[in-house]
Amino acid sequence: MLKRFLYSKKVAPYVFVLPFVLTFLIFWLYPLGSSFTMSFQERMMGQQPKWIGFDNYQKLLTDKVFLKAVSNSVIYMIGTLVLLIPFPMLFAVLIDNKFMWGQNFFKSAFFLPSLTSVVVAGTIFRLMFGEMETSLFNQVIGLFGAGPLKPLKSAGWSMAALLIIACWRWTGVNMLYFLSGLKGIDTEYYEAASIDGANSWQKFLYITMPLLKPTTIYVLTISIYAGLAMFTESLMMFNGNNSPKNIGLTIVGYLYRQGIEKSKLGYAATVGIVLLVVAMVINIAQLIMNGTFKKED
Amino acid sequence: MGTANTTAKDPVGGKTKVLITRILLLVFFIILFLLVMLPFYAITLASFKPGADIIKFGLNLDFDLSSMSLKNFVYLFTGKHSYWMWFKNSLILLLVQVVLVLLVSAFVAYGFAAYEFRFKNFLFVCVLLIMMVPFEILLMPMYVLVNDLGMYNSFSAIIIPGMANASTIFFFRQYLTSIPKALPDAGRVDGCTEYGIFFRIILPIMKPSFAAMAILNGMNSWNNLLWPFMVLGDGKKFTLPIGLKTLLTPYGNNYDLLIVGSFFAIFPIFVLFLCFQSYFIEGMTAGAVKG
Repeated sequence: MLKRFLYSKKVAPYVFVLPFVLTFLIFWLYPLGSSFTMSFQERMMGQQPKWIGFDNYQKLLTDKVFLKAVSNSVIYMIGTLVLLIPFPMLFAVLIDNKFMWGQNFFKSAFFLPSLTSVVVAGTIFRLMFGEMETSLFNQVIGLFGAGPLKPLKSAGWSMAALLIIACWRWTGVNMLYFLSGLKGIDTEYYEAASIDGANSWQKFLYITMPLLKPTTIYVLTISIYAGLAMFTESLMMFNGNNSPKNIGLTIVGYLYRQGIEKSKLGYAATVGIVLLVVAMVINIAQLIMNGTFKKED
Repeated sequence: MGTANTTAKDPVGGKTKVLITRILLLVFFIILFLLVMLPFYAITLASFKPGADIIKFGLNLDFDLSSMSLKNFVYLFTGKHSYWMWFKNSLILLLVQVVLVLLVSAFVAYGFAAYEFRFKNFLFVCVLLIMMVPFEILLMPMYVLVNDLGMYNSFSAIIIPGMANASTIFFFRQYLTSIPKALPDAGRVDGCTEYGIFFRIILPIMKPSFAAMAILNGMNSWNNLLWPFMVLGDGKKFTLPIGLKTLLTPYGNNYDLLIVGSFFAIFPIFVLFLCFQSYFIEGMTAGAVKG
């Protein structure tokens, strides 16, 4: 009887999607819900939770260290947007040029860094940005007569170092996104523009860029989330979650510090909720500005 | 976007112009290439240098044969350390995760692609929702949940929450919508059950899409640090990224192992990449398929 039931064509679809439904309920909706409840509680690992209303939120919004973490994450996110959208797009256009030799070779080579883990990349860059006079960083700035510096103790340089890791790992991937976007552009547009006497720059500005918009929005959306949620890069770069004067502290880093290192689960959950809200607001604003929710015209 | 510079009017001038364009592009990309390769070169070079030198001098491009040797590699393969245990743990986790994620996600994706049922659209929006919200937000409640379920310090804490993987479901569903409905119908005529159709007819023809997703999920598993680091407390269960991270303190001969170990964590992936390039690229950029 049960077998007949489970095997009927009416019930089968639900059986197929059941693993997802369970995962969604247990490992997504429930944690999200408990994140909300925890954010109104004072809760230590293994202890009875205590309801404290909006205290966590109130405390968080005046918490100087948290605000520092937010500003670091936002600066990092903006940095990745500025560096990881226009340049990969430009490189994609250049590499897609019919006069380019060795396209596939360069595509694969630029893709390689994305295969390395944050741990390995972080280790390499941490040591390249070492404070010894002979570290690669100091050798390079030495060429310009500067240094030696302690880059990972300076706020500016360590942000630069984090952005360099991001660029190193993701330029190739974003370039591939744009390349697949370029493939979808009909060459007739360019031919028509050539007849009208448009130069390469005008073609880029008036044909390529507008037609790459869906790809750009996709890259923008994932970059906003990835930028705001960055943590492991900083964890590796500073060999732990404690950077001097919190110059490398990010929102998720603060969540981790409060929740795991200090086991203040309620407070950490509040950080998570604030991150969710910030990320949602920025992304929805971005999508509205880009007209994603408008009907296709 | 090619401009047709080679006009019939000026064949010689056109050709020179093309050549100059070619060379300028090539020079530009070679410079970029060298910059991209620099960290790889630095770590490869460093794997031949004593760890003490790295601690003292940092990572640089100095090529000094007198201080370089194969000692680190010998130590990696014959020394007493936990590297290969981490390597083995990572490998086991990777294999189990890839097999389970592909099977479970394909199962779910088939449900979405082949049937019409109530709540289908609503449930698919849930798939997109999971893809949209960064996992980090759920770190705390997930950590509590895993502890409550008694999964702390076990690989199941990493495997089970990720089995029905949203991006993989999304990708497979996209792939499956291109399969003609006549196929499952033919199976029904032949007396297959609904599940028999999936396992005997659909699964075999999904093979081409498995490669890309195997690579995407395999890479994520192999490189995953934060969540395993939080839920695996026991050193015997450490994965390679966690293990390498513990080496980052400059004590003992940690750096001997750290550098050569990092080198060896990326080496197998590069070899695989060279063999299966197109699958890698397809898998790693799968998000943009119908972005």
